[in-house]
Formats: sequence, C-alpha cells, structure tokens
Amino acid sequence: MAAEQTVLQFFPSSASLSARVHPLLVFNICDCYVRRPDQAERVIGTLLGSVSADGTVDIRNSYAVPHNESSDQVALDIEYHHNMLLSHQKVNPKEVIVGWYSTGFGLTGGSALIHDFYAREVTNPIHLTVDTGFSSGEASIKAYVSINLSLGDQPLAAQFHEIPLDLRMVEAERVGYDILKTPVVDKLPSDLEGMEASVQRLLALIDDVYKYVDDVVEGRVEPDNNVGRSISDTLALVPKMSPATFDKLLNDRLQDHLLLLYLSSLTRTQLTIAEKLNTAAQIL
Amino acid sequence: MMANPNQTMARSFVQVAAAPGEVAQPLRVVQMEGLAILKIIKHCKEFSPALVTGQLLGLDVGSVLEVTNCFPFPIREEDEELEADGANYQLEMMRCLREVNVDNNTVGWYQSTLLGSFQTVELVETFLNYQENIRRCVCIIYDPSRSNQGVLALKALKLSNSFMDLYRTNNFTGEKLREKNLSWVDIFEEIPIKVSNSVLISAFMSELEADTPVTQCDYDRLQLSTNPFLERNVEFLIECMDDLAVEQQKFQFYYRNLSRQQTQQQTWLQQRRIDNNARKAAGEEPLPEEDPSNPIFKPIPEPSRLDSFLITNQISNYCNQINGVVGQSLSRSYLMKALHDN
Repeated sequence: MAAEQTVLQFFPSSASLSARVHPLLVFNICDCYVRRPDQAERVIGTLLGSVSADGTVDIRNSYAVPHNESSDQVALDIEYHHNMLLSHQKVNPKEVIVGWYSTGFGLTGGSALIHDFYAREVTNPIHLTVDTGFSSGEASIKAYVSINLSLGDQPLAAQFHEIPLDLRMVEAERVGYDILKTPVVDKLPSDLEGMEASVQRLLALIDDVYKYVDDVVEGRVEPDNNVGRSISDTLALVPKMSPATFDKLLNDRLQDHLLLLYLSSLTRTQLTIAEKLNTAAQIL
Repeated sequence: MMANPNQTMARSFVQVAAAPGEVAQPLRVVQMEGLAILKIIKHCKEFSPALVTGQLLGLDVGSVLEVTNCFPFPIREEDEELEADGANYQLEMMRCLREVNVDNNTVGWYQSTLLGSFQTVELVETFLNYQENIRRCVCIIYDPSRSNQGVLALKALKLSNSFMDLYRTNNFTGEKLREKNLSWVDIFEEIPIKVSNSVLISAFMSELEADTPVTQCDYDRLQLSTNPFLERNVEFLIECMDDLAVEQQKFQFYYRNLSRQQTQQQTWLQQRRIDNNARKAAGEEPLPEEDPSNPIFKPIPEPSRLDSFLITNQISNYCNQINGVVGQSLSRSYLMKALHDN
C-alpha cells in the first residue's frame, strides 16, 4: 500500500546559508545601472567572492554583463562574461563566481533561465536583486538561492528562497559615510578635522548618557535595566589605578610624544639648513 | 606642495602664448567618484602589505580631472612573456569596460604605499611614461596602513612642469637647478581631491545606513595605541637619513676631487707659463696654454641631485606624518586624562 510513496523534496536545504555584501558592490551596481544602454530596463551581472566554511557567502566584487531582453527570452553575452572572469581572476584568483545580480524589484520569469546558466558555473549560486528604481519605496537589496522542488525523481520547479543578507558595511564606515552619502564633497577631511569630529561625537554621547542618568535619578524617565547594565559595564571598563600611577603613565606618554615631535622638527630644520647650504655652495 | 600657484599660472600663460590654439588650463581639482575610491581601497587593502597598482579611468574636463572608475593590475612579474600578457590584460579590460559604457580614457594610475614611502625614481619614470601618452595625468596614492587609524589617506599627485622639463633633459647639476630655481619641494605637486557620488548611490547609502551615533571610523581614531605606527615611521626616517648621508658623502667626494683638480690645473698652468717664458727668451714658439689630452683637464661628472632630492622629500613626508600622528595622539592623551579625572 505504501510502496508507491512519493515524497515532495526540496534540494538543497539552505539552513545555514547567508550572504554578506561589500559596499563596493552597491556602488558598482548603481554605477552600472546609471550607465546602462538606453533601451535596457535593467542590468545583469556576475557576483564574485568566496564561501567561508560556515556557509556564509562573502560577496566582494561584481561586473556587469551585457544582455538582450525581449518579452520571454534573455540572451546573455557569455563570451564577455568569460573574458571578464579571466581578467578578474588574474588579479585576484581567490575571488570566484558566487552568483549573479539583477537590478529591479523581485524576480521575473527570465530569472530562472539565467539562474540555470549560473548554476552550471557554480553549485548553488546566489541571486541578488537591487531595487535601483525604488519601486517598493525603499532601497531593498535581497538575496535568493534556488531550491529545486521535485516529486520523486521528477523535477517539478525551481523555487527562489530568500536568504539572510548582512548589509553592515564596516569598510564603508572606515572611509566615512560623510563622503559616501552626499553627492559632492569639496575636500577630504584632514587628520585633525576627523579627530575633532570624533571627539565631538564622543562628547555628545557622554552628554546623552549624563542626561539619561539624571532623568532616571530624578524620576522623569522609566529606568531600563538593560541600559543601566551597559552603562555600568562601560564604566567598569575604565582601568582602576591610583592617581599617581595614572599621572606617571600620562606624563611618560606625553614626554615620549613630545620627544618625537622635537626630533621630527629638528630633522625638518636640518633639511632647511642643508638646502640653504647647498644653494650657498653652488654660488661659490 | 602646491607651494606656488602663481608660478603655475605664469607658466600656463607662457604656454598659451607659445602654442596658440591650444588652451592649457592648469589642473586644479581631481574629482573622484566614491566607486573609484572604494575600488582602490579594496584592491590596496586586500594585497597589503604588498604594493599594488591599477589604472584610473575618467574624463578630463577643463581644470577638473574626473576619475570615474578604475581597474586593478595583476601583481607584476619580471618575466618578459608575462609582461606582454599584462599589456593584453589592460587592453582586454578597457575593451570590456567600454562595452558596459564605462569612461575608458586613461587619466593616470593609482598605487598603494607603505607609510607614505612613495617618492621614488620609479614613480617619476612611470609618471613620465604616462605623460607621454596622455596630456593630463595624475597619480593617486593610498596608504592602507594609515586607514586603520580612521584616516582616509588618499593623495593625488603630479610632477611639476619645471621638474619634468629638467628630467627629460636629464640635467640635475647644481647649476641647472639654480637656474630653474628648483628645490626639493617643487618636485611633486599635490592636487586637492573632491569626492562626488551619483544621486542614486547617495540615496542608497542614506537608506541602507541610517545615521549611527558611532562609526568604525571613530573607534579607529580614538584608539590609544599608536606606538607600532610611530616606531615604524621613525625606523623609516632613520633609514632615509642614512641614505641622505651617503648622498652627501658623494657630493663631498665630488667637491674634494674638483678642488684637487683645480689646484692641479693651476700648477700645470704656472709650469707651462714658466716654460713658455723660457721659450720666448730663447726665441722659440710658445706652447699652447691648454692641453685637452692631459687627464687633469677632463671634467669630473657631477653626481645627479635627483636621489638626494627625492630622499629629502621622503624625509619631510615622514616628519609630517610623525607630527600629525603625535598631534592626534597628544589630544587623545589629554582626552583620556579629562575622562579619568571625571
């Protein structure tokens, strides 16, 4: 009776799969979209990166691939794709194909076809969609993997399954959002200006904490145990030392630095003198 | 290093007068797209501490040089066959990028550096190579080691025109340099960098990254430990000083030889005059007062000052870096003191 049991199966399971996106990718895709040919609706391209042992896909680079799209078929320039792949591998052999991207919101009929093509290049490719048209009203970037739905041995369909995407961009933070967010920045911040901004932000944060604590003490704000705990944790991080030790530490440090400053100024003065002497020697 | 804007202006006017029809505007600003900056940073960082280079693509618009894209070069191999391979790679990449409508004018190159030790003869030579093919060229220098301190260490450099003229004729004698009034500060010109992003990108970034109170940048900047960085800086500085001392010795040697030769020449001349007087008294023809075949009249080649100029530049660069970092570090120390007192 149960001999003819058919099982609906999902391949492969995507339990631990997630993706991380390098900020460069967003920039590259947007740039390609801005520079797309006149008649093209969207941009399609290849994603490069690596897969770490725990199943996280690190998407680090991308390039656009020209394509032609009519109502029901998509023609990808495969030769271009291979040329570009070879060039990229020359520079960084560690970056391999991990999937493909397309601009626009959600999936279209053509997606499955292109996905099949990439599935031949790499097992289990990732499909990234970037909504450059802001059609959903917000900037949405989504990643999918394809899951084969089969009935017994009979493949039925492919289902796109959304996977978690990590959009924290530490790299972009390092560069500073101020220069990445605004359309035009006239001047790169110098060392000291950056320092000033950081110190100001730190002061603002300390003020916020003061205000919060005061408010709680005065009973104006409902105390939150979690916030209180993290404040006390942070305060506990300040190393406990006697004022004498601290002063010594600080003074030693200041003296070291002043010495360096002195040395470098001395060197510079030397250079100027040498320059003058050289000129004098030439005149003789 | 943009020490003398008036001079550049004056030079360009001279050029305009000399070549009617061709308007030579001096390069004022390098405008970089965020994309190019991120690509450079990614490439340089991934291969750090190895030094890498790549090509900049963009447009030359009046006094602004726009850098809109770039691509990395593979790590250079010495092999000849591979070198041809590299050229192929470059062409292929340009062709591919053109197909997706990327600006494919070369406007210069970028390279990573270690603690700002980039002022070398190679850089000067690469620059001249580029300059031969394209009218306006710029070199972007990125220092991955400094980005860990929350600094975006990006610099746009070009060689000054007067230096290039001098380099082409290969004349680095003291006399020529004095004539041109060229000192070591005039070799490189730093050009201010402007950053631009397409509106689409800025919309995306603003949407994806809500304003956070603290960024990685702030953590990096407030990091108290700067000693490893300073140590290496001072180490490099000492090496440079040694190099400079060697160069100075070369010059001392040259001047010593020169003065010895001059005394020899004088004695020879006096001897010859005494001889000639004797011959005149005897009614014979006087001998010429010059003798090109005599080795003491052979001019001693003057050593080139290029190396010492570059080293001097390097040293002043290290000094600036030390000053900058120490300045920041001092303010951090005082900040720490204030926090601790509270």
